[in-house]
Amino acid sequence: MADPITHPVQLVQPDGRRVFDREHAALVSDIGPDRLRQLYEDMAVVRRIDVEATALQRQGQLGLWPPLLGQEAAQIGSAHALHPDDYVFCSYREAGVAYCRGVDTSLLTRLWRGVDHHCWDPADINMTNPAIVVGAQGLHATGYAYAAQLDGAEIAVLTYFGDGATSQGDIAEALGFAASWSAPVVFFCTNNQWAISEPVHVQSPTPIVRRAYGYGIPGVQVDGNDVLAVLAMTRWAVARARAGGGPSFVEAITYRMGPHTTADDPTRYRSAAETELWRRRDPIDRIRRLLEREELWDSDFEDRVQSRCDEIGGRVRAATIDLPDPDPAQLFEHVYTTDHPLIAEERRQYAAYLAAGESDAPPIAEGVRA
Amino acid sequence: MITTFAGALNTGLRRALEDDPKVVLMGEDIGRLGGVFRVTDTLQKDFGNHRVIDTPLAESGIIGTAFGMALRGYRPVCEIQFDGFVYPAFDQIVSQVAKIHYRTRGKVFAPLTIRIPCGGGIGSVEHHSESPEAYFAHTAGLRVIAPSDPADAYLLLRQAISLDDPVIFFEPKRRYWDKADIDVDALDDDPFPIDRARIRREGDDATVVAYGGMVRTALTAAEIAAGEGHSLEVIDLRSLSPIDVDTVEESVRRTGRLVIAHEAPVFAGLGAEIAARVTERCFYYLEAPVLRVGGFDIPYPPAKLERHHLPDPDRILAAVDRTLAA
Repeated sequence: MADPITHPVQLVQPDGRRVFDREHAALVSDIGPDRLRQLYEDMAVVRRIDVEATALQRQGQLGLWPPLLGQEAAQIGSAHALHPDDYVFCSYREAGVAYCRGVDTSLLTRLWRGVDHHCWDPADINMTNPAIVVGAQGLHATGYAYAAQLDGAEIAVLTYFGDGATSQGDIAEALGFAASWSAPVVFFCTNNQWAISEPVHVQSPTPIVRRAYGYGIPGVQVDGNDVLAVLAMTRWAVARARAGGGPSFVEAITYRMGPHTTADDPTRYRSAAETELWRRRDPIDRIRRLLEREELWDSDFEDRVQSRCDEIGGRVRAATIDLPDPDPAQLFEHVYTTDHPLIAEERRQYAAYLAAGESDAPPIAEGVRA
Repeated sequence: MITTFAGALNTGLRRALEDDPKVVLMGEDIGRLGGVFRVTDTLQKDFGNHRVIDTPLAESGIIGTAFGMALRGYRPVCEIQFDGFVYPAFDQIVSQVAKIHYRTRGKVFAPLTIRIPCGGGIGSVEHHSESPEAYFAHTAGLRVIAPSDPADAYLLLRQAISLDDPVIFFEPKRRYWDKADIDVDALDDDPFPIDRARIRREGDDATVVAYGGMVRTALTAAEIAAGEGHSLEVIDLRSLSPIDVDTVEESVRRTGRLVIAHEAPVFAGLGAEIAARVTERCFYYLEAPVLRVGGFDIPYPPAKLERHHLPDPDRILAAVDRTLAA
């Protein structure tokens, strides 16, 4: 086996040719024409959702959106490695993972429009809501995985985080707890090269996956723009977890083609040449070339994917625009599971104030974007 | 049973472990050692190391993984070894644990109990004598509880663990060795609510509000005052979030005078909150300004100076004299 650090696992080259790698290719030997086409379709749909949401933000319909452009293979490949009973602890950029886990796509923009702090019910798709505090979810995943182990459940728990999050103490603590408890958790680092404006070498002078080794956790680097390679190596980690083998670490080497969020301007900190270099490694183009080489591409398939993209894109757009502003009474709901006299008092006072008709409260911070 | 404050907590934890297989204890040194204050003594031996979990030495890790366990239906009771060690876990507590129910509009809840030995009076070193309650009381989504005696330590801990809200449970460490004769079966049936204050001594001339380790100090002050002909009503707050303002209000309407005593620095402390609310509700009943007695607005001092920093009965009585003179 080649050194996984100097040679991240790759199963499909940028021109669509398969890589001769008997060991890792075996992990996806069951992926036939239909599954390959499904991987392509999911990536295309997720890109469309992302483009639509980014446009909705530009049109003032969303306060913020964290684009996943360029990271489709990392998300779709890893999500396809999971079983429905596995549990995902995500960061804030995993709309593509949520899509693969069957989220109602009309819910994807709720948080970003500011009508709620969450998007979906975690129990519906076994996946948490976007975690904004970077890295915190690594510990939650580890605790959940440990609890699953106590329950005797043979599942994997996978947590997504970025290269920047590996600088956080919580990820270090999660690695320590997971190793100590042999918890069935997969640490999936989406190394997209940039933590807002800071390049990955500011976070770590060594390959990020090496950090896992210090905790006794096996890890692997994978070409994050190669959906088959990501699927293969996430399957490896998930299978270990489900079989009681303990934690693993997968570092997917990819690139955030867009801004960190719609509030960010990447032209201030990185070159057009660098972005262009990664554009030539586009993960969706790569699998299209593979399909073409293997004569799995035809206009019927292309049309079918296009109409699926249009349908879901339109659904995301319509659902977003139709979301009404929440009722002010919602302010005071669910702070506690039980009654809290001080909040009850404020709720009564504010309801009386509104009922008195004295206020024509303007929307808060209109025009201000995070 | 005759027990110490720490022993009452131990019994409460034992019963919680017996009653609900989803209750787990987590913390540093809580297993074979039984915790540095022996609050978890013998529990790992009796319930196993998967119910009484010695964690790696990392506070954010303790709370963050406990939160993850709670998401799978467990009810973790975490021990933070000392008050001054809770700050590395602060983000997990206030950003994650406190907010999950609100964030998910009620779909997810985090029934964690976070036990924190707090306050001074045991001659300890830096970071071992702090009173961080205001940080947590200020955070919506958390309940903050501070028992003052062994019976209430047992009762409040049992109630805290059964709540679906996250609870910060402050144990006044200088009271761990206080002894009392308590009937735990009767306490298990006690319906007195977790968030109601208790009047520990009735009086007519002035109200003294205290909580946690300061309640006994306030009661001593009231005893001395009685010898001087002044009748003080002493209220044990018990719950620091929510605060039972009604009980304080009712008392102050009768006495017309209020002194609040706590160990924490006075500036932006709970005393300020109580003073403001009582002033709003009792403005026309107050005979004198509300007074606060507390720790100085300094970092917790070295052990040889803490007797100056911690309010004692005399400092409470000095404030009582001021309010009675007004």
